[in-house]
Amino acid sequence: MKKEIISVKNLSKNFKGFKAVNNISFSINEGEIFAFLGPNGAGKTTTIKMLTTLLKPSFGEITINGFNPLVEKDAARHSFGIVFQDPSLDDELTAYENMEFHAILYGLNKKIRKSRINGLLKFVELWDRKDEQVKHFSGGMKRRLEIARGLIHHPKILFLDEPTLGLDPQTRNHVWKYVLELNKKEGMTVFLTTHYIEEAEKVASTVAIIDHGKIIKTGSPLQLKNQTKSKSLEDAFLKLTGHDLREEKASSRDSMRQNRRMWRR
Amino acid sequence: MQVIYIMWLRQLKRYWRSKSRMLGSLGQPLLFLFALGFGFGSVFQKAGQGNYFDFLAPGIIAMSILFNAMFNGIEVIWDRQFGFLKETLVAPVSRFKIMAGRTLGGATVAFIQGIIVFIIAAMFGFKINLAAIPLALLFMFLIAILFTAIGIAIASKMDDMHAFPLIMNFILMPLFFLSGALFPLDNLPKAMDFIVKINPLSYGIDGVRGALTGASHIGILNDFIVLSALIVIVGILGSWLFSKVEA
Repeated sequence: MKKEIISVKNLSKNFKGFKAVNNISFSINEGEIFAFLGPNGAGKTTTIKMLTTLLKPSFGEITINGFNPLVEKDAARHSFGIVFQDPSLDDELTAYENMEFHAILYGLNKKIRKSRINGLLKFVELWDRKDEQVKHFSGGMKRRLEIARGLIHHPKILFLDEPTLGLDPQTRNHVWKYVLELNKKEGMTVFLTTHYIEEAEKVASTVAIIDHGKIIKTGSPLQLKNQTKSKSLEDAFLKLTGHDLREEKASSRDSMRQNRRMWRR
Repeated sequence: MQVIYIMWLRQLKRYWRSKSRMLGSLGQPLLFLFALGFGFGSVFQKAGQGNYFDFLAPGIIAMSILFNAMFNGIEVIWDRQFGFLKETLVAPVSRFKIMAGRTLGGATVAFIQGIIVFIIAAMFGFKINLAAIPLALLFMFLIAILFTAIGIAIASKMDDMHAFPLIMNFILMPLFFLSGALFPLDNLPKAMDFIVKINPLSYGIDGVRGALTGASHIGILNDFIVLSALIVIVGILGSWLFSKVEA
C-alpha cells in the first residue's frame, strides 16, 4: 500500500475575480516524481505557492506529509524543500554562508550543519567554490546551490519550480541526475514544473496537465501518450492544451526581472 | 535567538561587502554639513545663536541615520522582487523573528553610518562634551531602530520598487527638512511648530543635540519617552503588516 504524501482537494485561488486555480484535486504518493505541466499562466506557480504556505487558498484543502499547511505551518514547512522559479540566493553572501543561513533558519545545530553542508556542496560539485560570493556564480551553479540548499533539512518532499529554465544542456542533465539520485536513494518525493516537456517525460512517474486553472489530464507519461495517440509527451501536451499562444499581461514582477537584467550588466 | 542573530549578521555582512554603498551614503550628509555649516555660520552667529556648525552636526548625524534606516525598506522590496525574501518566508520560523532580526541588522548599519558622520564632524571642529557621548549614542540608536522599523513596515505594503521615489519625496525629505535638523525650534510660525512637533525625527535630533551640546528644546527625557513609545507602536504595527506578507 503506497502512502499518500500530498493531497489536494477542491483547491481554488481567486485574484480579484480572476480564477488562477479553479477547483483542482490530486494526490501524490510517497516516492513519486510528479510533473505539473501547463502553458504560461496556467496556475502552476500559484499552486506551488499554496502548497508551500506562501499563499492562502481561497477554497479547498491541502495536506502535506500529514499536516495542514494553514494550521500546522511550521511542521508543514519542515516537510519540504523548495527551489523557486526565480533565484532566491543572497548574492552578497558566499555559497557556504547561504547554506548556513538556511540551516540556521531550520534550527539545525552546529555539528549537523557542518556535516550536511559539506556533504551537499560536494554532492552538487560546488565544494571548491564554497567561499566565493554567489554573485560571481553562473546561472547553472546558482541552481545547483539552490538544490543543495533545499535539501539541508532533509525534507520528504522537494518542490522544483522550473529548475532547468535557462540552463545549458550539460547543467540540465546534471540537475536531473541529482534529482533522480535523491529520488532513488532517499525515496524523496519530487513535485516539479517545467516547460521542457521532454525532460518531464524522462523523469516523471506521474504527469498532471493544467490549463486555465484546471487539471485536464493526469496519468503516467505512457498513459497520456496512448490516450492521445501521440508519439511524444510534448505532442500529447499540445493536443490537450491547444496550439494557441498565451497572451499574458506583464506584471510588475516581469518588469522588475527585466530591470534586474539591465542592472546586472 | 539564533534566527534573529543570523538575520542581523546577514545585514552587516552585506553592508561590509558593499563599500560603494558605505561611501555613497556619506556624500549627501557631508555635503549638507559642510555647505550649510560653513555657509550659514556667520549669519547664524550674527543672529546671536552661537556656532552653526555645532548646531547643525547633530541634525546631519540624524539625517544620515534616517536615510540609511529607511533604505532598509528598499532592501526588503528588493529581496521580495528578487526572491530572497521567499527563502525566509517558507522557513519554519515566526515572521516576528524575521522582522526583528532585519530591523536590528538594518538599524545597526544605519547607526554605524551615523557614527562615521559623527567622527568626521568632530574632526572638522564639532565641539562636544565627551561625557555625553553614551547618551548621544543611545539617541542615535533609537532613531535608527524607529526609522528602520518604519521603512520595513512601509515596504511590507508595497510590492514594487517604482513607488519608492514617491516615499523619498513625500516622506523622507519632509521628515528631514521639517525637523529642526537645520534650524532652531524657538519662535517658529504656529503651523510650522505643529508640523515639527508631530515629526518623530525632531525628538531624535533634539535628544542627540541636547546630549552633545546641552541645548535641548523639548527636554531629553521627553525625547526619550516619545521615541521609545513610537518604537513600540511601530514595532507592533510593522510585525502585523509583515505577518500578512504573501509572496
